[in-house]
Amino acid sequence: MAHKKIGDIILDVRNISLRFGGVKALTDISFDVREHEIRAIIGPNGAGKSSMLNCINGVYTPQEGSITFRGQTFKHMNSRQVAEMGIARTFQNLALFKGMSVLDNIMTGRNLRIKSNLLLQALRIGPAEREEIAHREFVERIIDFLEIQAYRKTPVGQLPYGLQKRVDLGRALAMEPQMLLLDEPMAGMNVEEKQDMCRFILDVNDEFGTTIVLIEHDMGVVMDISDRVVVLDYGKKIGDGTPDEVRNNEDVIRAYLGTSH
Amino acid sequence: MRTTFPRLLIQHATARPDAPAMREKEYGIWQTTTWAQMLRRVHHIAAGLHQLGLRRGEHLVVIGANRPSLYATMLATQALGAIPVPLYQDAVAAECIFPINNAEVRFVVAEDQEQVDKMLEIRPQCPQLEHILFDDPRGLRNYDAPGLAGLKEIEAAGAVFCQEHPDFFQEQVEQGQPDDVAAMFFTSGTTGNPKGVVHTHFTLLDRAKVGAEFDRLTAHEEVLAYLPPAWIGQNIFSYAQWLVCGYVVNCPESQSTVMIDLKEIGPTYYFAPPRIFEGMLTSVMIRMEDAGAVKRKMFHAFMEVARRIGPRLMDGKPVSLGERLLYAIGDVLVYGPLRNILGFSRVRVAYTAGEAIGPDLFTFYRSIGINLKQLYGSTETAVFVCLQPDHEVRADTVGVPCQGVEIRLSDQGEILVRSPGLLREYYKNPKATAEVLDAEGWYHTSDAGFIDSHGHLKIIDRVKDVGRLKGGPNDGAMFAPKYVENKLKFFSFIKEAVAFGDGRDKVCAMINIDFEAVGNWAERRGLPYAGYTDLAGKPEVYALIQDCVEKVNADLSRDQMLSGSQIHRFLILHKELDADDGELTRTNKVRRGFIGEKYAALVDALYGGKTEQFIETQVKFEDGRTGVISATLRIVDAKTFAPMQAAA
Repeated sequence: MAHKKIGDIILDVRNISLRFGGVKALTDISFDVREHEIRAIIGPNGAGKSSMLNCINGVYTPQEGSITFRGQTFKHMNSRQVAEMGIARTFQNLALFKGMSVLDNIMTGRNLRIKSNLLLQALRIGPAEREEIAHREFVERIIDFLEIQAYRKTPVGQLPYGLQKRVDLGRALAMEPQMLLLDEPMAGMNVEEKQDMCRFILDVNDEFGTTIVLIEHDMGVVMDISDRVVVLDYGKKIGDGTPDEVRNNEDVIRAYLGTSH
Repeated sequence: MRTTFPRLLIQHATARPDAPAMREKEYGIWQTTTWAQMLRRVHHIAAGLHQLGLRRGEHLVVIGANRPSLYATMLATQALGAIPVPLYQDAVAAECIFPINNAEVRFVVAEDQEQVDKMLEIRPQCPQLEHILFDDPRGLRNYDAPGLAGLKEIEAAGAVFCQEHPDFFQEQVEQGQPDDVAAMFFTSGTTGNPKGVVHTHFTLLDRAKVGAEFDRLTAHEEVLAYLPPAWIGQNIFSYAQWLVCGYVVNCPESQSTVMIDLKEIGPTYYFAPPRIFEGMLTSVMIRMEDAGAVKRKMFHAFMEVARRIGPRLMDGKPVSLGERLLYAIGDVLVYGPLRNILGFSRVRVAYTAGEAIGPDLFTFYRSIGINLKQLYGSTETAVFVCLQPDHEVRADTVGVPCQGVEIRLSDQGEILVRSPGLLREYYKNPKATAEVLDAEGWYHTSDAGFIDSHGHLKIIDRVKDVGRLKGGPNDGAMFAPKYVENKLKFFSFIKEAVAFGDGRDKVCAMINIDFEAVGNWAERRGLPYAGYTDLAGKPEVYALIQDCVEKVNADLSRDQMLSGSQIHRFLILHKELDADDGELTRTNKVRRGFIGEKYAALVDALYGGKTEQFIETQVKFEDGRTGVISATLRIVDAKTFAPMQAAA
């Protein structure tokens, strides 16, 4: 029923190689991401999926290759700069502030957008207060969107895992990103939580037009929601295309079934 | 009350335009709609619906949770002389087909994507369904089904239409008469298709007014609307009485935030079925178990005081000064904070209905100062038939007939009701209508009951389930299985009970223990057990249950009509009754007849005077496999009591 408008290439990854000493984590990886699409990176454990995401995110600096985001090519960039360009991410092993409430956790996602300085904020003086109200309203929209109103004031540490994942997504959304990197958003979830998360990912993509790059090893989920899929194995790209193309790719089948290497 | 819903809206909007009519929590803040704003919205939506072709006498389905927009839609529909038909928002798509086709519905106003999806799914089976309007556009941006539109857009178009035709709304409202059909509610029949209960403006508003006057409700009440609007009770409490009294209806943020919202709003007038009160009590008890020793001791000590003094205070009976003082201290230390946690700090009147409420549960709320009462009524009677007056509240009756209601008992003991609030008919179902409404205007409730010596109505059971004992000392005595079973189930240790006695000389029962409650009880006593069957067969557990049964017997012996229903013998079943094995219905009601046949050997043993019986039962596991459970069950005699007529 949905008609999505997939736009031009906004992220172009060219010939990326990443080594940790003698270990080759990624070898000559190239792929692109188009605006408004859901792009999945899949592969068995240790295939280099998270490393790839960390390169895009600016956590790792690849030895070779280039990454171009909206025409801007970067080689050495830290994660703050990447965030300022409009790329947000969530983490495989949640990195939330456990003792803080859901509201405050998501509020931290607005950090980059807060203009007033620490002193003004601490004293809640005029413009700082107005700004806080505006940000709070934005955060409330996210809370509403993710249907976590009942937990607004609950410390994150007390929530079940599936909800913590949702809060993690909420914090990334609070940055109003143009592109969202999701690192195994469905890991460790039960079937129902997975379905919920799928719906939220599709809704984010649909409502906000956010481009999404996600890593996942649940093949069923990936095939259902992504527009295009990149398959990695042992740090190399072995497949790239629509879910159907990838599903029928000999190399991919071999990597997943582990017949011969 | 000779008026209509839209006329009442206009009255409120004229008399006090800036007073709040509804609130809805959105983005963490309670957003207020005033009466004037409400009228403007209704005005515009009505014009928008008219432009789409909604005509007088036609039905419009509303499906969704409690939202001001949906209430505004209902008012707009009624303003045009069309008939809103609220459907349950958690019904599956297939369940919506019959009502929509039965009422030839062309218009549906749905809350959100979830409801729209359902409507689109059933559209092939409902070809006349032309317009699907939605309130919340989230997720619907890329849908392009024909006739699908946002309520906002319809409202905006209506606003333009209103500018061109300023008198349109007023003319439409004036055409509507009190005896026109105002709404239709579908009741889920246990068998066959649901039936559409047709109510007029007069029937609904008259009952709403009688209920409001009975409890002296004013425009200052706060109400939280959290039960499905398709249920007539919700419709009366947050729609009909809202317009009659002009109080504020608050819509919670979402289903999961109801308890938080309840605390924030602090309603003054509240309604909930017994299971909600039970859930709240359980959560309080669990939290108290986790509290520190001092708090826990204080809680239990003062709850004891409350049990002793609270109900008497509530009933306006004499209480000594010392007791009053003690209760006041308890109020500061325990009851006040507890009411606050539950969101009941401001409750003036709270009602429960729908099913029997356990006396302990009922007393708990009353003893901490919450004026919890019971009422009796159904969809067909526009709720209010009987209400409990403030100082005459009891757990086992449902109150006195309210204004305008006449009650009579048929020869079979069925309760017959005559009231201005009765349904006009079942929609397109004269046969069903004739079954419940007789020529003299009596509505047959199919409930069995009687009026007790204080003039209060007491409900016993469904008429078709009530039987008679045959032979023995109580020959011919009335036997109400559900009444007996409910009394047993009020004990937390008993999960299910099945009572037999129709056509027999005495009453016997099979009992299912509550695994969690009894397991916990056993653990605290250091009583080892290997599983359900083992636990159920323990002599200690039998003693525990016997105690419960005998308490029920003592209670029944005080009952003027049902003292013959005391339980003479009982056994504890070795397995939990389960819907998968056909022993319960899907709504967890015991299927007495089926159980009687399936466990015929046990029934024979109960009545044959045996002390134990071997039984082998096939069970179905959740994954579809079957297995066999066998056990030798003990059968125990329970003490019975001579009837005490004087106490009745």
